[in-house]
Amino acid sequence: MDHSVSIRDLSLSFGNVRVLEHLNLDIGQGEFIVLLGPSGCGKSTLLNCIAGLLDVTGGQIFISGKNVTWEEPKDRGIGMVFQSYALYPQMTVERNLSFGLRVAGMDKKEIDQRVKRASEILQIEPLLKRKPAALSGGQRQRVAIGRALVRDVDVFLFDEPLSNLDAKLRSDLRVEIKRLHQRLKNTMIYVTHDQIEALTLADRIAIMKNGVIQQLADPHTIYNRPTNLYVAGFIGSPSMNFLEGDLIGGDQPTIRLESGTTIPVGGYEFETKPKSGSTKAVLGIRPEHILVGEAAASMPYQEDVVIEIVEPMGSDTLAYTTVGGVSVSARADSELDLKAGQKLRVGFDPGRGSIFDVETTNRL
Amino acid sequence: MSNPAQLSTNVALDAVDNKGMRLEGNHGPRPKPFFTPKRIVLYSILFVACLYYLFPLYVMVVTSFKTMPEIRFGNIFAPPIEFTGEPWVKAWTSACTGLTCNGLNPGFWNSVKILIPSVLLSTVVAAVNGYGLVNWKFKGSEIFFSILIFGSFIPYQVMIYPLVMITRELGIYGSIWAVILVHTIFGMPILTLLFRNYFASLPVELFKAARVDGAGFWRIFFEIMLPMSLPIIVVALILQVTGIWNDFLFGVVFAGTQNYPMTVQLNNIVNSAQGSPEYNVNMAATILTGLVPLIIYFISGRLFVRGIAAGAVKG
Amino acid sequence: MTQATSSDEVRYQDEGKARRSLGRVLTHNLSAKIAATPMVVTVLVVFIGCTLWTIWYSFTDSRLLPTGDFVGFEQYERLFNTSRWNRSVSNLIWYGAFSLVLTLSLGFLLAVLLDQKVRFESAFRTIMLYPFALSFIVTGLVWQWIMNPTLGLQGTLRNMGWESFTFDWIAQSDMVIYALLIAGLWQGTGFVMVLMLAGLRSIDDDIWKAARVDGIPAWRTYLFIVLPMMRGVFVTAVVLVGAGIVRLYDLVVALTNGGPGIASEVPAKYVYDYMFTAGNIGQALAASTMMLVTVMIIIVPWAYLEFGGRSKKS
Repeated sequence: MDHSVSIRDLSLSFGNVRVLEHLNLDIGQGEFIVLLGPSGCGKSTLLNCIAGLLDVTGGQIFISGKNVTWEEPKDRGIGMVFQSYALYPQMTVERNLSFGLRVAGMDKKEIDQRVKRASEILQIEPLLKRKPAALSGGQRQRVAIGRALVRDVDVFLFDEPLSNLDAKLRSDLRVEIKRLHQRLKNTMIYVTHDQIEALTLADRIAIMKNGVIQQLADPHTIYNRPTNLYVAGFIGSPSMNFLEGDLIGGDQPTIRLESGTTIPVGGYEFETKPKSGSTKAVLGIRPEHILVGEAAASMPYQEDVVIEIVEPMGSDTLAYTTVGGVSVSARADSELDLKAGQKLRVGFDPGRGSIFDVETTNRL
Repeated sequence: MSNPAQLSTNVALDAVDNKGMRLEGNHGPRPKPFFTPKRIVLYSILFVACLYYLFPLYVMVVTSFKTMPEIRFGNIFAPPIEFTGEPWVKAWTSACTGLTCNGLNPGFWNSVKILIPSVLLSTVVAAVNGYGLVNWKFKGSEIFFSILIFGSFIPYQVMIYPLVMITRELGIYGSIWAVILVHTIFGMPILTLLFRNYFASLPVELFKAARVDGAGFWRIFFEIMLPMSLPIIVVALILQVTGIWNDFLFGVVFAGTQNYPMTVQLNNIVNSAQGSPEYNVNMAATILTGLVPLIIYFISGRLFVRGIAAGAVKG
Repeated sequence: MTQATSSDEVRYQDEGKARRSLGRVLTHNLSAKIAATPMVVTVLVVFIGCTLWTIWYSFTDSRLLPTGDFVGFEQYERLFNTSRWNRSVSNLIWYGAFSLVLTLSLGFLLAVLLDQKVRFESAFRTIMLYPFALSFIVTGLVWQWIMNPTLGLQGTLRNMGWESFTFDWIAQSDMVIYALLIAGLWQGTGFVMVLMLAGLRSIDDDIWKAARVDGIPAWRTYLFIVLPMMRGVFVTAVVLVGAGIVRLYDLVVALTNGGPGIASEVPAKYVYDYMFTAGNIGQALAASTMMLVTVMIIIVPWAYLEFGGRSKKS
């Protein structure tokens, strides 16, 4: 088998509550997969199933070609890093790292070697004799990663490993995890609710909702070609602007908003050519794709608006206004020096947006 | 999650634990100057209350150092004029329990012999129970736990006779082992609850990490959980030591005459003694019996409060 | 515990060891199951088994040994025709009512007083709680001595010249229940005070700030805002104190031994005496079953309420 981890038709219920339903997922050798979704979407549950910490209700899990559905966690060839670090408080860093190896009855020399190697990679050698309580949050998470590292496993599982850290440390460790992945080339499955982490780390992102994977794709596709309304709204901050109306098919398809405004969407690449006649549809445009001022002049759709609220974000500025009778946000260059009440022209290219069917919520 | 006693005990435990004993937590009106009429009334009431609580202790101590003629003089308040240690010696070595005249010391040692194995056994069983209930649930484990907690409200009188028969069958009735068994059984609900809540408060990820590291049931218990449980073990020990030391019913039913614990012997000395009562000896014996839990109370302070808040379920 | 559904299994069976072996089902959590044996045995044999046994044999005419014939409700009829039992029940009701009301109200009052930024609070607390650490036997014997009519408090004050002072409740059949009450309160109020204090301290500071801003006097805040918020603590205290009252035994044995006459008998003592002294097991078991019924009347509605409250939340 080529896949490092394969999940076939996996289901899990707690009593009457179905948490995962017929879930399939193939993860390639050395791939970095991020499971992304809001809390309660089943992403951590899925990870725990892969780890063997939860008994599945149905389906199979393969790791490195071996069916491990009913194997003990230790026999699955996985290492796991937890959000709360889960370091054993009464043991020194060294003993934390070596606990699993000691349980397995490995000989002392080999243990020492592995601990040494892992602590070098993670630069935690000076901490080896300390107890977890004497470490900072970042150091603790390094040790937790080290504990997975010493086990020399095929697959690393990360369960929101950075959520307990402050913003600065989080971005530092994020880079470090990426570096670690590039160096070790292990398969990594990483659970998070932070889309920045997902977009920056992942080879592929699986966006989950209610125990179902909504879209599995590389970050670029996820961001630019979301497969349905949910994914489109979940990814991106501030979120995508949604303009709801009737999609009128034909050679020159347009969307007519409730306000009567018509937006030509001829430049849009439909997945399937829209039926002639009208369909309820939503046009999604990311804030950075709405251009403000002179830049709007070349856009297929343009409108003169009044800026209502301005939020300077430093590198750029968010401007809130109304387009076609719908409130939207636009990301503008901070050089423009926008002011609330200012009148100017905005425009966008519907071809860069996404169009969804209102009924099925799927991309058209 | 349907165990009736759990919620309320949690309320009690949490409250005492987290908020109760912090000294800066007062909510009352703003601090005021010390000598306002209101404050004087407040302190007066508190002092009167304290007199009520302290009076028996004072009377016990004072009486135990008096001679009998002085007691017959009839002033329970008066400190001893002729200070004597004789009643203490007699209480310990030669006071009569109705049958024998060996004082309280056999009872003391019986209590010790009952106490140590009971406390250890009940604590160990409960710790394992609590750990299993949190981390190794199996079908029905929660139901058993609910019944266990519910069972702690059943009056002992309901179960005591069948237990006599069971211990008789086991051949331990009338020995300290029967008492130890009964203490372990009836200590189980509250101690299991205590350990279960404690283990549930530890991050479950620790347990998961240990499982990924390949550790099994006992290994996780001994190497991960137990080293982290010192505070709750101390609470359990306090609870059990005072509870078992103060027990009367199980001692008198199960221990057999030879093995009566201190409380039973004390009651016999005072209430079954022939001849004219020696109040000074009685009071010395009473203090001696109360000494062990009192010492634990004064040493452990906060933890004792936590222990009894949980232990009150036991009644 | 959970098994894969068969259709899912079959599909991938050829791809490896797809099925969870029977051995694994049995050994899964084996240690956990072994470790739970003491609890399971206790529940099944003691809490369920012994209780059912007692209820069953309460319908027999067993005397020295539990071997008697089934006699229906005869033991219960006898029970309620026995003046000692009826006295025990009425004692328990009176003692229980007074004890419950006084323990809770005094406990709450003391807690409120201690909540007023009192100096030496921990000393006050320690003094009020220490009786709770003592055995009921110790408590009973001390108060027996204090209430001794000739040499105790009454004798002392009379000797000092207060000739009319009377505190011989322990010897008066219509007052002895209050003697029990004084000793019981001495031992138990401290505990309720600690519970209540904990409850008071767990109430959000903002409530107090809001009340102060609204100009509500402290006593009204306590009575109409804080007290209702402490429902949980009160319920706990009622259940705990109530369960203790039903079991009242040691204190009576030590303080009065049921006397004078049968004036301070209680059900738990009735059971013990018939079981181990009078050799009338059927009668004792009927009495203990009545105790069980009483406790159930207290516990079941409460458990139902708590359980109901919980399921509503989830």
